[in-house]
Amino acid sequence: MSTSRLGLQSTFRPSFNLELCDGCGECAIECTFNEIKMVPQGDKKIPVANRLACGACHRCEVMCPRGAIRIVEDPFVTRPHGIWTPQHINRAHLQASTGSVALTGFGAETNLPVLWDKLLFNACQVTNPSIDPQREPMETNTYLGRKAASFREVRDPSEMVKSLIPLDIPIMFAPMSYGSINLNLQKAMARVAKKLGLIWYTGEGGLHKDLYPYADWAILQVASGRFGVSPEYLKIGRGYQIKIGQGAKPGIGGHLPGEKVLEGISETRMIPLYSDAISPAPQHDIYSIEDLRLLIYAIKETSGYKPVCVKIAAVHNVAAIASGIVSAGADMVYLDGFRGGTGAAPNIVRDNVGIPIELALAVVDQRLREEGIRNQASIVAAGGIRNSADVMKAIALGADAVAIGTPVLVACGCHGCQRCSSGKCPWGLTTNDPMISQRLDVEWAEERITNLINGWHHEMQEIMGLNGIYDIGSFRGNRLMLRGVDLNDKELSILGIKYAGE
Amino acid sequence: MCGIAGLISHQREKENGSRIKKAMVLQNDRGNGLGAGYAAYGIFPVYKDHHAFHVMADSSFALKEVSQFLNEHFWVAHTEEMTIWDKVITDHPLFMRYFLQPKLREDDVNPDDFVIDKVMHINTSINGAFVCSSGKNMGVFKGVGTPKDIYEFFRLDEYQGYCWVGHNRFPTNTPGWWGGAHPFNLLGCSIVHNGEISSYGINQRYLESNGYICTLQTDTEVVAYLLDILIRRHGLSIMDAITVLAPPYWASTKRYSDRKEQDRITAMKVIYEAAMLNGPFAILAGFDNGLFSITDNTKLRPMTVGTTTDYSYFASEVSALYEMEQDFTQVVTPRAGQPVIIQYQNEA
Repeated sequence: MSTSRLGLQSTFRPSFNLELCDGCGECAIECTFNEIKMVPQGDKKIPVANRLACGACHRCEVMCPRGAIRIVEDPFVTRPHGIWTPQHINRAHLQASTGSVALTGFGAETNLPVLWDKLLFNACQVTNPSIDPQREPMETNTYLGRKAASFREVRDPSEMVKSLIPLDIPIMFAPMSYGSINLNLQKAMARVAKKLGLIWYTGEGGLHKDLYPYADWAILQVASGRFGVSPEYLKIGRGYQIKIGQGAKPGIGGHLPGEKVLEGISETRMIPLYSDAISPAPQHDIYSIEDLRLLIYAIKETSGYKPVCVKIAAVHNVAAIASGIVSAGADMVYLDGFRGGTGAAPNIVRDNVGIPIELALAVVDQRLREEGIRNQASIVAAGGIRNSADVMKAIALGADAVAIGTPVLVACGCHGCQRCSSGKCPWGLTTNDPMISQRLDVEWAEERITNLINGWHHEMQEIMGLNGIYDIGSFRGNRLMLRGVDLNDKELSILGIKYAGE
Repeated sequence: MCGIAGLISHQREKENGSRIKKAMVLQNDRGNGLGAGYAAYGIFPVYKDHHAFHVMADSSFALKEVSQFLNEHFWVAHTEEMTIWDKVITDHPLFMRYFLQPKLREDDVNPDDFVIDKVMHINTSINGAFVCSSGKNMGVFKGVGTPKDIYEFFRLDEYQGYCWVGHNRFPTNTPGWWGGAHPFNLLGCSIVHNGEISSYGINQRYLESNGYICTLQTDTEVVAYLLDILIRRHGLSIMDAITVLAPPYWASTKRYSDRKEQDRITAMKVIYEAAMLNGPFAILAGFDNGLFSITDNTKLRPMTVGTTTDYSYFASEVSALYEMEQDFTQVVTPRAGQPVIIQYQNEA
């Protein structure tokens, strides 16, 4: 074994049932990481695992026509040690051989507690009846944007209603740029958003011209690289988002390598073919809150006063920052928790920077209420939402809506192999390689995402109904709907909830 | 489960509380003896322009502190111990009545805000003291006991009012205590409520961010404060305030043919989302110009209304209506979410 292989061991491998395998070789084609090789054995070929590159994406397993493959663990065993786990040894080896920043994709994988899992919902018993969502209306309609503090201030109700973004279900598709994901996936999300009355975000990669018909269901992003921001772009969106930070990598920018800047991406981002697309860490015209205000109003002026959302990563002083953002004129604050997903981020940043969305959301909602400016901006919570219970817990803590990225990818086949940045996503999601990205069929993806949202919507209605609440507005910020377990006093007080039994 | 009754004379003809008592006693089993109360309007004609404060206190020390505070901030026209019959309930707080005019300073723009601020101060800062009612020409009488006990304790036979509201409590969420009985009052608005406000958590946060402090450990209190903020501070009509508290479903809103009305309702629903009431409720609210009832959109709590030419009657049970009047021109059960608003036909 050469020393250059130190630290490259895969901890999974495909296991082949050779009694079922007919040697068709489909698995070798499906694996974009060349983990599987077909080798002759007797009169047929059989698959063999290289045991170097398997990331447990499960593509070969799912696609094998004979059901002959299982992904199994192939542990990288080191002498048990409380601190130097295989993961740390592996990474040190890897960096010792490359000298580079270790990159990864997906959301943080630290074993810090997930506070969602320590929150429990209330339910009706005797004194108030639960409501059956199958029989009674159970409404999740939500309006995002700046609202008057009292009806008396409203000169023209129609104007106010027009200025808001309606959602039939308070779920949005988180910003994932064209470039980080491919056009097929954006198309599928756009179609679902239009069909179900939701909103999708473009991310920073601009809006491909094929998606212009879906711009009315899209919040278009203006990020530090200003990709795709044209006069027309600033007119056609339902709203705009200024991206300051991302939960998975607060405080750092992005880099789409030149080899991924293919024709459609180059055109949409308005940059030369094969040139690196660099998003600087800060926006170089925003070094202060005053600068942010200028950009917010510049976008409002050019777009005809459409809602402007400011996306920030959840960091230590998030409540004060959010309050400043609202005072600066933002109509929505998008909070991205440290568990949020990414296409590519330094491992060390993804797992060690930022704070959990549960706490960030709780303090921001409370701060805006204390300052009497909660009506001026909606709060979108994102970064680590895994299921409909997380959605409803976020709503109860005070979110107007949530945004989901990873669940959309998972619905379309992702198994969390965390190699989004490789450009080889075997499910055809986070790749623009023409051959691989055609694996993602738009209609299929649209159906999968639709099913996921419909399933979650039913579950959200169940949670509302079993609490006897027919309108999600009465759930929003209603922290009495939640009780905590296994939380300390500080956590309870920050979350603004009581302990179970209280 | 709770019991509600109300009666109002359209022409402000006065009578004592005996008819409301009959309606409440009939509904005795809707409560468990842990709370009952009455509100009566038009009972203080001599001091009708003064705020009548009904203060309950668990010690003479607390009462003294209240008196000092009130003397500091109000012109006190008259003070009296409330007449009670303590044979019927022996373990009770002290009750004092004050007729007050606010001592406004230059920076106190709004006298109502001034009064509310002082009520909140007493309720939160003076230990053991609590303001039951603070309106003009009206009063709230409430405590721990059955409707009959509380009626007799406060000797309501001796008051003459043109609008009476009664309540009988079966507490399930919060302890039964004297301050927690209904009606809940703020200025002229008195609320009685049957049900449970599931939206309490957000209603309370909405009110707190607007300067109200919920002290009574019970959900009904928020309804009184919400009506105050909507009607008095934001200037909504009673009908609009009711739309805010029990709005039409989104599905119904979307079916409106009148686009302008649709946008108006949508705007109200959006602005006052946190003020919307959810959960089972039937509410009867007395105010300076009349009496109105609302129920939740699923109608999980009962409310019936009977009318004659000169009177309107409200009760949880139809049988209770007939305890107050035999000869109705109309008896209706309002549909889910449908309000009934009765306003006086003459000036006070």
